[in-house]
Order: sequence, then structure tokens, then C-alpha cells
Amino acid sequence: MAALLEAKDVSRSFGGVHALAGCSLSVDKGSITGLIGPNGSGKTTMFNVMTGYVKPDKGTVSFDGHDVTNARPDKIFALGIGRTFQLTRIFARISVVENMLVATQRDESWLRGLTRSKSSKSELDAAMEWLDFVGLSRLASMPAGSLSYGQRKLLELAYVLVADPDVILLDEPAGGVNLTLINEISEKILALNKGGKTFLIVEHNMEFVMKICDKVTVMHQGCDLVTGTPAEVRANPAVLDAYLGSSDDEFDEEEDVSA
Amino acid sequence: MPESTPFLRFEGVVAGYGGGDVIKGVDFDVPQGGVTCIVGPNGSGKSTLLKTVSGLVRPRLGQLWFKGTPLVGLTPREILQLGIVQVPQNHSLFREMTVQQNVELGAFLVKDKKLIAERLAHVTEIFPIVAERAKDKAGSLSGGQQRLVEFARCLMLEPELVVLDEPSMGLDPKTLRLVFDTIKLMNKVGRTVLLVEQNARQALRMSHYAVVLENGLLRLSGSGSEVLNNPEIGALYLGGTIHAASPDDATSPSVQ
Amino acid sequence: MSKAKPTAWGLGLAVLILFPIIETNPAWTSIGVLTLMFMACTTSWNMFSGYSGYVSLGSAIFFGSGAYTMALVSTHAHMAGGAALFWLIPLAGLVAMVIAVPVGAIALRVRRHTFVVITIALFFVFQLLAINASFTGGAAGIYIPLIPWGASYYNVPFYYVALGMVIFATLLSAAVRRSRFGLQLLAIRDDEDRALGLGVRVTAVKLTGFTMSAFTFGMAGALYCMLQGQIYPQFVFDPTFDITVALMAFLGGFGTLLGPLLGGLILEASQQYLTQSFSNGSLYLILFGVLFLLVILFMPQGIVVAVSQWWNGRAQRRELKATRDPAAVGAHT
Repeated sequence: MAALLEAKDVSRSFGGVHALAGCSLSVDKGSITGLIGPNGSGKTTMFNVMTGYVKPDKGTVSFDGHDVTNARPDKIFALGIGRTFQLTRIFARISVVENMLVATQRDESWLRGLTRSKSSKSELDAAMEWLDFVGLSRLASMPAGSLSYGQRKLLELAYVLVADPDVILLDEPAGGVNLTLINEISEKILALNKGGKTFLIVEHNMEFVMKICDKVTVMHQGCDLVTGTPAEVRANPAVLDAYLGSSDDEFDEEEDVSA
Repeated sequence: MPESTPFLRFEGVVAGYGGGDVIKGVDFDVPQGGVTCIVGPNGSGKSTLLKTVSGLVRPRLGQLWFKGTPLVGLTPREILQLGIVQVPQNHSLFREMTVQQNVELGAFLVKDKKLIAERLAHVTEIFPIVAERAKDKAGSLSGGQQRLVEFARCLMLEPELVVLDEPSMGLDPKTLRLVFDTIKLMNKVGRTVLLVEQNARQALRMSHYAVVLENGLLRLSGSGSEVLNNPEIGALYLGGTIHAASPDDATSPSVQ
Repeated sequence: MSKAKPTAWGLGLAVLILFPIIETNPAWTSIGVLTLMFMACTTSWNMFSGYSGYVSLGSAIFFGSGAYTMALVSTHAHMAGGAALFWLIPLAGLVAMVIAVPVGAIALRVRRHTFVVITIALFFVFQLLAINASFTGGAAGIYIPLIPWGASYYNVPFYYVALGMVIFATLLSAAVRRSRFGLQLLAIRDDEDRALGLGVRVTAVKLTGFTMSAFTFGMAGALYCMLQGQIYPQFVFDPTFDITVALMAFLGGFGTLLGPLLGGLILEASQQYLTQSFSNGSLYLILFGVLFLLVILFMPQGIVVAVSQWWNGRAQRRELKATRDPAAVGAHT
């Protein structure tokens, strides 16, 4: 599998803080790659650099062989790369379904937008289908600003997916989301992956990562520490030390106060 | 009417944000000295319910009682003075102030500078990041790091009731363990903890009491393990129930 | 509710159509013309600034350009005063649109907070141009060909043309709101970068909206010039015009369809009435100030939004009362 999206030796500082210090990451075409690491290790900054929201001080980002290091977010999106944000970004004053419709007009020229109504039937159907999947369809005409945090997360996921990009970067898709729904989301990601989509996912929920990722990169203090299969990474002592905590310190074995 | 005054009581609480009611009539008691967990699907009103406790949302109908004192109509400051502190779901640090300043601000009701310094030292022991990044602007910390600072800040007033809205969100496994350990610690020294958690299985295991909120109404309440082991709740909201620990569960250092 | 809305709009329109027939006093019809003119302008202003959040305080550029188009074309083409001049109104609109392209290209290079300031600056450029350029007749202004209609009848044609403008602006604004283009403007308002990241051609969309909204302003300026019979620079390139239009939109409801119409109606009609009745040209400023204060304090999103929220709240409260009574304590499903 060839690397589709690749970051090489990326560095970026904010004031005195070195968010990224020579970090490299590669995402193979058709893979589901996980990006994990302690808080503050630079995962979101890495995402921002790869999707054009932040310019790196050093290093390069390439997509399918082309250099996209300084490309703007709209260029990145036009190339077929979509992403979600850790702190959800939705359009608060328009309705939930209208949020979805903003994302469906990807390939259209702006002039057509003048004459077109908000959505064609197929777009509306696609939007409602995704809203249904994330459980928000009954809220379709509510202003998006009235959604709870978890619901906003789900809306963001839905509208990135309805835009139908080839490469999807998800920043903590499971955070704040109900456990059962997380299972459904992971099933969906696996299904989309079978259909050819590539995923890069930042997550702290290890069960989620283990279940669906074929490759995991661990970041630590702005740098990539270890890359391997989920099983390899989980057993790696450096990773356990920096991120997971030692393996014999288990919740399950502690005193269960709830009984 | 119970013989002893309930610690925290929700009585017929109806609340929303003006566009419609999110909480549609909730009644339950939070026992003193324990960890109480609220679980439920996204959008069921869990955050809104917590906000009625800290005074950020005023219920349209109903009343809340904290050791016999009615809470509705009190300002958030007055509620703080009663000994209730909340750590909200979204980031609430002052980004332009340093970490240390943010934490010290947590004790703003305390006038004695020596006492503030003592408490600062105490929370720094529990959360070393406060000392490590003391002089950095809070906005320069990552999301999870900011969360830790928020916890440190909330302990500065030595509250009787700690209200936590999704404390685990955005935290890596190691930090998460620290946070949950801290919750247990807070509980051991006598503070009552009321929390909303999507990492529900973990939270329910350490909860004495739990309620399930669905569409603004109480669906079920009981001890932590009762709710945890309820098959329906498990399937609906907990990602399936845990029976005997599967090989994966026992060895995985995961958060579920 | 869906039956009530068109009926209400229809009723409002009927009232406006019948107004000069019922009330023939020229003092009132003159208030009517100006009120309608402002209603059209405010609606058009809202179509860009309200939907996109880019508050423009330079609309007078287009108003003035429209007025000067009317004045210059009618005098240079030696047109006779009368209904023929009405044909220049759409032309003035087009001229305003053409001018809006470079103006917009400059002003929209910056984000919304700086944008407001740039529009003010550009406005003054145009005002100075009008005062100093030779072809505009300079500070002395221009007289257009005299319109020989009788005094009692004079305002009526203007009234209906202005009404036509209001209908046009409202329909256009509604069409934009319903279109994909309108959705993109609203998305830009809420999170421009996110919209950009989702493929919205932000620059093109903003410029188009800006240009479209200039059209009605151009027409209104031409109408005003025709009505007054003469123009001079400070008259039609008037900074208080810009602020007034923005204020009307805020009062009525930023971003709604009815809001600008209501705001224009309330503020302009009352201003004109006060000016006429008390022959104190500045009394209306006090009224504006008080109204503005009340709105900011109690209805910060404008009258229309506040009223609709209250109305919906009433329906909900009634509903809840009906369901709450038999509810047992600790309702378990």
C-alpha cells in the first residue's frame, strides 16, 4: 500500500511551546490509521498542519505525491480530504439539516448556487440518511446551536461524511459520544473503509482504536514515537509508560464500590 | 417526607434554554458522601441538569434543595458559597492568564492569602501540571491539560459537592486514570461527587448511585452496579453489557 | 401556521396598495414614499449584511451613485420631466452594481471587523469625489428636469414605484434565503473558515451578495433624486443614511425577512411624522436613541425574533401545563 497522505519532519511552535518537533506520519491508501498520544503531544496540531489550518515552520506534507504543505483548507477539501475538529465547529444559527447541505455542494460552481434551491432531492435524502444514522434526524429543523456537545460532535461527523471525501481525518470522534453509538460509528467506519475510504483517526478510546485501526502511530512531545499494528503498540513498553500507564494497574481489579 | 434532610434533591425540575424544555420533570435525591453518576444518550439533558445545580440555568418549574436550602433563584456565586463547585464540559480557563493565576482564581472567595497558598500547594501535589506549566498561558495547553487545571482549580474552594460534566472527555488513558483516581480521592475525604460521564462503564463502577436520563426524564435509578448490569440500559447506552470479564477486558489498559 | 403566514403578508401588501387611495393628503403620501424607500433599502442591506454578518456602512455609495445616474443621464440626454424618468431607475440600479464590483473587491479583502471600517472609508472617497469632480456639478449639485405633475397627485406615482421596489427587494431576499447561495452566506456568517474548509467559494459568494444588494440602493437613490428634483453631494452621500439603514435592520431583526421591513416602517415613518408635526428636524434622533436602547436591552435580536420566541414559548407552556398535572413524582417512563 502506498502512502497517500504523508507528513515529513514537521515542526511547529506557538510562542515558546514546541507543539511539533520533527514529526513524521504516513497514511496508506485504503487504511484506517490511528494517531494516539498523551494530552499535549501535538496530535491536533498535526491535523491542523495536514489540513492547511496551520502552516508548519519546517517539514512537508504531501498528498498523492503532490506537495500540499502550504495549501489552504479549501484546496485540501477540493483534493478530497475532509476533517472534523476536536472543539466542534458547526454553523450554529442555521438548522441541523442545513448544516449538512452546506457540505454537499462540493463540486459546484458558485454561480449555480444562485439559481439552485437549497438542495436537490438526492442531497436531502443523503443528508437525512446520515442524520438518521447519528440519531439526529428528529432534530433536523432545529438550529444547530441548540444541540448538546455530543450531538454537535455527531453532526460534524455526519456532515463530513455526507461531503463524501476520499480521505477522512477524525479528531476524537468518540469523545463525549454515547458508548453504544460509538460501536455503531466504528462499524460504519469499517464499512466505508471497505468501500475504499482512507481514515486517520485521533482517539483516546483505546478499545475503539484497537478494534478498527490497522496501523497506529504514537506521538509524544511533538514527535512520533512508535508506529506499528495496534497489538505491537499496546505491548510496547515506551508507549505504556508514556501513555497507557503500566499494564498491571487495572480498573477492573480495583474495589468495586458500586455493589 | 424523609426523616433526615436530603443532601441534594431535585424536585419536579423543568428547565430549558428558551427554545423548549430540555429537562421535562426530574425528581431524585443525591446521597451525601458518595459518587453519583448520570448516564444517558446524547441530548438527553444531562448537562442542563447539572447546570441547574450550579445556577447557570434557572429551572422554569420545580426546585432544588441542597441540605434544606433552596437553590433556584440563587446566583452562581451564592451557590459557590454554599460549597458547590462545577467543572463544566467546555473549556473554562482564562486563556490569556497563566495556569497558576487560573488556579488561584479558583479560590476567589477565600481572602486569606496564606490559605490560598496552602491549598495551591495541595492541589499541585495531586496535579503536577499546575507546577510544571505554572507560568504558561492557559490557552497554550492542550485540551486535556486544560481539563486537569480545571480540576485543580475546582478543589481550591474545598467544596462539599463537586459537579463534573464529562470529566474524561479528551483525556488520554493515563490522565484519565489520574482523574478518576482523583474523583475517588475527593470522595474518600468526604466530598460528594455528582458527575455526567459518557465513559459510563468506568464511571458506574465507582459510583454508589446512578440515574439514567432519557429525553429529559428519569428512566431508571439505583445503585451503580444495578444500572451497570441492567441489560436494557447496557444495550442502549453502554455499548453492550459486561458479563464475566472477557480476555480483552482483563488485560487491556483501555478506558472502557 | 403555514396558512396564516401568506395571508398576513397578503394583508400587509393590500394595506400598502390601498394606502394612497384612502389617504390622499400629500403630507402622508410623502411619508409613505420615503418609508417604502427605506424598507426596500433595509431589506436589500439585510440580504447581504444580515445574512453574511459583514456589516456594511457604505451603502450610501450606491444610493448616491444611483441618484447621480438619474441626474446626469436625465440632464445630459435632455429628457423631459415626467414618467419617462422612471425608466432610468433600473439603469441606476445597474450602475450601482457595476460600481459595487471594485468597491467590494477592495472591501472584502479583509475580515468582517475591518470590513465595516473600510466601507466607511470608501464611502467618504465617493462623497469627496461627488463634491470635487467637475462632471458631477460639484458642491452646487444638479437639477433634474422639472416634473409637471400637480401637487396633490405628485407623490402617488412615486409611491407605487417605491412599493414595487419593496416587493422586488423582498422577493429577491426571500429567493436568496431559499437558495443554496443564501445558505452559503449564512454559513459564512457562522464560521467562515469552516465554510471555506467545506468547499464554499467564500470570496465569490461574498462579492456576489455585496453586488446584488447594491442594486436596490441604486434604484432607491434614483427615485429619491427624481422625487426631490435636485441633488447635491451631501444630500445623497449622507453618512447618517448608512447608520439609519443598519439601525432599522437591527431593530426589526437582523437576518430575518420581516425584520428589515418592520424596522424601516417603524423608524422612517416615525421620523418623518415627527419632523413634519413638530418641525424639529432632530427630534427623531431622540426617539431612535430610546428605541435602540430598548431593543438592545430587551430584544437584542430584534423585534421579529423576540416576538416569535415569545409566541412559541406561550404555545409550549400551555402544552406543558396540560401534560404535567397527572405526572407522578419520579416519572419512570
